[in-house]
Amino acid sequence: MYDVLIIGAGVVGCAVARELSRFDLSVGVLEKDSDVSNGTSKANSGIVHGGYDGEPGTLKARLGVDGNAMFKELDKDLQFGFNKCGSYVLAFDENDHEELKKLYEKGMKNNTRNISLVGRDFVLANEPNVNPNIHSALYCGSAGIISPFEFTIALAENAGDNGVEFHLETPVTAIKKGGSGYLVYSGNQVFQTRFVVNAAGLYSDVIAGMAGAGSFKITPRKGEYLLFDKEVGGTVGSVLFQTPKKDSKGILVTPTIHGNLMIGPNAQHVDDKESLLTTREGLQEVATQARRTVPKLDMSKVITQYAGLRSSLETYDFIMEETLTGFINLVGIDSPGLTSSPAMAKEVVGMLDDAGLAMKEKKNYISYRAPYIRMDRMSNEEINELIVQDRRFGKIVCRCESISEGEIVDVLHRSIPVRSIDGIKRRARVTSGRCQGGFCTPRVMEIMTRELDLDMLEITKNNKGSNILTGITKKGLGGMKK
Amino acid sequence: MIYDIIVVGGGPAGLAAAVTAYEAGVEKILVVERDYMLGGILNQCIHNGFGLHKFKEELTGPEYSQRYIRRLQESSIEVATETMVLKVTADKEVHTLSEKNGFQVLKAKSVILAMGCRERTRGAINIAGDRPSGVFTAGTAQRFINLEGFMPGREVVILGSGDIGLIMARRMTLEGAKVKGVYELMPYSNGLTRNIVQCLDDFDIPLHLSHTILSIHGKSRLEGVTVAQVDENRKPIDGTEEYVACDTLLLSVGLIPENELSNQCGIHMDPTTKGPVVTQTRETSVPGIFACGNVLHVHDLVDYVSEEAETAAMGAVEYIKNASEKGDFAKTVGTAGITYVVPQSVEITKDTQRTKMYMRVDRVYANASIEATVDGKVLLSKKFERLMPGEMASLQVPGNVLDQAAGKELVFQVQGGEK
Repeated sequence: MYDVLIIGAGVVGCAVARELSRFDLSVGVLEKDSDVSNGTSKANSGIVHGGYDGEPGTLKARLGVDGNAMFKELDKDLQFGFNKCGSYVLAFDENDHEELKKLYEKGMKNNTRNISLVGRDFVLANEPNVNPNIHSALYCGSAGIISPFEFTIALAENAGDNGVEFHLETPVTAIKKGGSGYLVYSGNQVFQTRFVVNAAGLYSDVIAGMAGAGSFKITPRKGEYLLFDKEVGGTVGSVLFQTPKKDSKGILVTPTIHGNLMIGPNAQHVDDKESLLTTREGLQEVATQARRTVPKLDMSKVITQYAGLRSSLETYDFIMEETLTGFINLVGIDSPGLTSSPAMAKEVVGMLDDAGLAMKEKKNYISYRAPYIRMDRMSNEEINELIVQDRRFGKIVCRCESISEGEIVDVLHRSIPVRSIDGIKRRARVTSGRCQGGFCTPRVMEIMTRELDLDMLEITKNNKGSNILTGITKKGLGGMKK
Repeated sequence: MIYDIIVVGGGPAGLAAAVTAYEAGVEKILVVERDYMLGGILNQCIHNGFGLHKFKEELTGPEYSQRYIRRLQESSIEVATETMVLKVTADKEVHTLSEKNGFQVLKAKSVILAMGCRERTRGAINIAGDRPSGVFTAGTAQRFINLEGFMPGREVVILGSGDIGLIMARRMTLEGAKVKGVYELMPYSNGLTRNIVQCLDDFDIPLHLSHTILSIHGKSRLEGVTVAQVDENRKPIDGTEEYVACDTLLLSVGLIPENELSNQCGIHMDPTTKGPVVTQTRETSVPGIFACGNVLHVHDLVDYVSEEAETAAMGAVEYIKNASEKGDFAKTVGTAGITYVVPQSVEITKDTQRTKMYMRVDRVYANASIEATVDGKVLLSKKFERLMPGEMASLQVPGNVLDQAAGKELVFQVQGGEK
């Protein structure tokens, strides 16, 4: 019997889980995929927005600004890596500039910190690779970048460390009233809980429907991205938007927290909630638009491309309400959902408190989560000390990113289990470099068989069914470990 | 401890460079290799056909590398395996990381770069679609099958007709997989002719020239690809799309020299070869640092890699003896059909010897010549029955021709030839 059951282990679900883990409560999280942060939270721009573009008075405006203010402290606690690099919205002509003025006004109403309208020369002095034909820009010094999936994983691991129970590969199939709250089914499994928090992202409308907690329609909006080699990571130093259009904040050019360069997203309505396919036309559109911001982008330095889905509603704002007694809907969390998530989580705690859940602070709550070991951030002396303690830190497995066996083993033994190559990639960055796993995948798989007691044939790229290998050769070892 | 020569990489180039330098009298040599064994990618190349030029017999990859490893074992060359080179500096410090010794800074009088290359990936060629499992570079699939004993798939489509892709078409067929076809963007194959014959024709595997993959389908494991014909501008032709069901896609779409260390070190690079700019001794723009093998430019035959490594090794030997004399440079240039020439320059001294130039052409030519000119004057011409982008051409340029190019450009071009 749980006090609170959260459905969905994206950034919203994990932020709520971590916030609830401060209290003496029994909390569970159900996730359909094989890993946390596997949906909308894994493929987005990773921007901590300044909060100037939310319509004043909306949740998006308020939670965006409040959430932004929490990231510095969160990073101190959770060590996921936050770079407050600032952002520019570029205007290319007088019309764009008028839009920027409106944005600036909105920002002032929203209490966005550190925004100003700046001229062309100011931008070019700070970002010399920007198109010299720009007119002006809106600068926001409180904007920054994070890895959206590492942030989500850090929240989840910290929640896990504090006793929250995560159930992966557990899709919700039915929800009924019962006991002193709800019975949540996943096939034959049933979970009893007093309260439910629906943080199911793209499926939050389906989950609400199952419980009879309102009828919503999520309309997925796809965004395609291109990621460049670290070699060109320094092309820009801050987040560069263009003056926004109706459906999106516009194509951006941004550094990533790991030192790559990323461009995207476009915006395209799709019907299929699982449709992550990229298209030639879409990728072309992203490239063309991004070149408008930074004309010298060398497309031959792209190392991968992907798409993400925004879980949008037809209406503008987030929905955050106790639609049924004990059933809280968090629906329509598209941008700035990542930025808003920590503020949203605090508010969910308040809503549960109001709804009668006794909130007693835990004595042994640990707010700190140790960062993943990152040898690329260490001095040579520190590296040598590490290797003396554990020789595996001297053994490089991923040559593109110089990642050691020790770093891989570290991420495998945290509170959230990792069973897939992509799961390890999101934590330790192996297979994310310029060879995209060509050299290291077999070696990472060997480490997984040993550390997780898996057979090579069981190892998946991502979710169930995405196995890497299909069998053994005629004279193969039959999966025998070497 | 200062080494005379540190060789970065223990594949065919590094091995040949090390044993050549040793046999020329250099004693303090260290070979640094990131894998747990020497031999590099040859270890997974268990097919034959290696060494036809060098040893006049057909060897497998491991047999070929073993010839060098044996010579190395009989020498006093030091070998550090499972050791990653993190950095090479212009003053020839080599920063390494290993389980055994942790982080170390090693010093050398001369460094030979022999890091090889890596395969272009799906990301690098921008194929749209889903991101399922089952998409491999041909080399990764080769490693799984030949070194690990696992099958990466059952129904296979191969994109690109590079040699590794062709070899894997045969290999997977022999292991019981069904190879449905090889699709090549260009109107000609990029592989060696003998591999087209022995790996595709002999096994009735169709080769579809002027084709590309438009999209990848499958949410967990690969389910199929959409292929299409392309026009002469390599743009897909509407209406030629075709769905091919498969659970595995192998990419054999080109190799990229691994020059991250060279770049960090400030070595000048050739944008076409994606390797360092070198002289005829394979010396880079940083004095005392040499480069050879696939890190310099991508070779189609290991025999040429060994030959070039020997040249680089002799260059390094001369360098540490301080025996090199300064002369004028002749810059080599490829034009009219020649995409690149290695070396990119030749230092002309009073006893400049004849020098072998390696080059590639931009398309298929029959009965053409490659000419070497200085100031528009043809000084040398060599006839070729067939020239193709997938097979490197070479030309021996005599010392007297080089003399005439001192301080000038030695220009190579294709002359005549039917398309």
